[in-house]
Amino acid sequence: MARSNKPIVWSLFAAGGTFAAFVTPVMIVVTGLALGLGLLPPEALSYERMLAFVQNPIGKGVAFLVVFLPAWHAAHRLRITAHDFGIRADGAVATICYSLAAMMTLLAAYALLSV
Amino acid sequence: MSRNPYIRPVSDTTWWTAQPRYIRYMAREVSCILIGAYTGVVTFGLFHLSQGAAAWNGFLETLQSPLSIAFHLLALAFALYHTTTWFNVTPKAMPLQLGETQVPGGVIIGAHYAGWAVVSIVVLFLVGA
Amino acid sequence: MSDRNVELEIMRYDPDTDQAPSFKTYTVPCPEDWVVLDAINYVKDQLDRTLSYRWSCHMAVCGSCGMMINGEPTLACKAFLRDLPDRIKVEPLANFPIERDLVVVMDDFMDKLGSVKPYLIPKEQKAVEDGSYLQSPAQLKKFKQYTLCINCTLCYAACPQYAHQEAFVGPAALALAHRYNLDSRDVGRSAREDVVASNPGIWECSFVGACSDVCPEHVDPAGAIQQTKIASTMDYFTGFLPGGKS
Repeated sequence: MARSNKPIVWSLFAAGGTFAAFVTPVMIVVTGLALGLGLLPPEALSYERMLAFVQNPIGKGVAFLVVFLPAWHAAHRLRITAHDFGIRADGAVATICYSLAAMMTLLAAYALLSV
Repeated sequence: MSRNPYIRPVSDTTWWTAQPRYIRYMAREVSCILIGAYTGVVTFGLFHLSQGAAAWNGFLETLQSPLSIAFHLLALAFALYHTTTWFNVTPKAMPLQLGETQVPGGVIIGAHYAGWAVVSIVVLFLVGA
Repeated sequence: MSDRNVELEIMRYDPDTDQAPSFKTYTVPCPEDWVVLDAINYVKDQLDRTLSYRWSCHMAVCGSCGMMINGEPTLACKAFLRDLPDRIKVEPLANFPIERDLVVVMDDFMDKLGSVKPYLIPKEQKAVEDGSYLQSPAQLKKFKQYTLCINCTLCYAACPQYAHQEAFVGPAALALAHRYNLDSRDVGRSAREDVVASNPGIWECSFVGACSDVCPEHVDPAGAIQQTKIASTMDYFTGFLPGGKS
């Protein structure tokens, strides 16, 4: 048996899972719930404010991580979940899952580099 | 040598329904679908942000629709389940031994929840909620 | 202490005559302090001499009497009847081929135990005259938990990845490898990595955690595997650095 190359995707899975555990709940509350339920001041997520955030190099980096890390975490876990549900075509499943993460990564990078 | 060993078949698709612990495991795993979908929403948000004020405000509008709120409630439930299950296993994956004593798992988990509370409060404060 | 009548529904399989296993029910009058193993012994002694099963110590240290009791991998000598309903389903340990009745084929497990090099690989071979290896209590504490495995294979019966992928090295074998990797007298981690860090090694595990749930000795093989994933990942990446061992 040979040593596996899984550490590459697994390290992203672990980093992304840790990041998502700490950050995703409050992110969902802020973006998905607080706004719709009227719990935010009107300027909180305004275009000017958000633009200033992502134009700042630190804000840009944070915004990228908020997409990059959970995306690769979810992709790898989805690959395993497909196997757990009985889908045995691991090559095809892995390609689809990691492609989704790659597309999100590229789209986020493109958006952040163009502002 | 085995005379005539009998191999019992196990279902590829329904094995996890046999025990509550397997069902809880699958719920944890399925959280990735919601977290992935939410990350997709964030990605689209960043894209709309890069396309100008009109695009961004349109995105904010859709975020306030009932369908969006329902999705985010579901996503929050699964995200919280991910958080609790992730924190709860951290002492097993990264045990801490100081001298001859193991740091109790509860301390490690508690520290994670404390950090999580700090991060959440900081984000809420920065946003202005 | 009045006896309670318990119905044991036991899976039977005769490799010489049966196409498939079937269940046979036995009614056993059970004193309150009995375990399932006592009831099975009663069946063999009084009701059906043809019943085959493994057991030995009757005190949860030998690991012989593992079986599925109402669907849960359990040591029959540790399953108290007073904690169980009147009707008890007894089957051979899951995920292993059935040899006969409650006896399963353990060959795969034995091979896997051996494959992880479960022995000390020291930096230098010490002659007996040079004295013993020194180890502090703190160093012992690091790996002691993983020495407690009694090879009962309840963990393999609980593991859905082993159920679906026979090549999976499995919880007990990987916990045993971890026991040696953590031992301060051992430097054999890279020697074990061919098996441990392979795809059917630690990377088949998805951290269901059922193995640790059912382990009668609280070895926590799931924890051992996750710790090994972290260590292997660091080895993998540092192996690319100049001077790093791969």
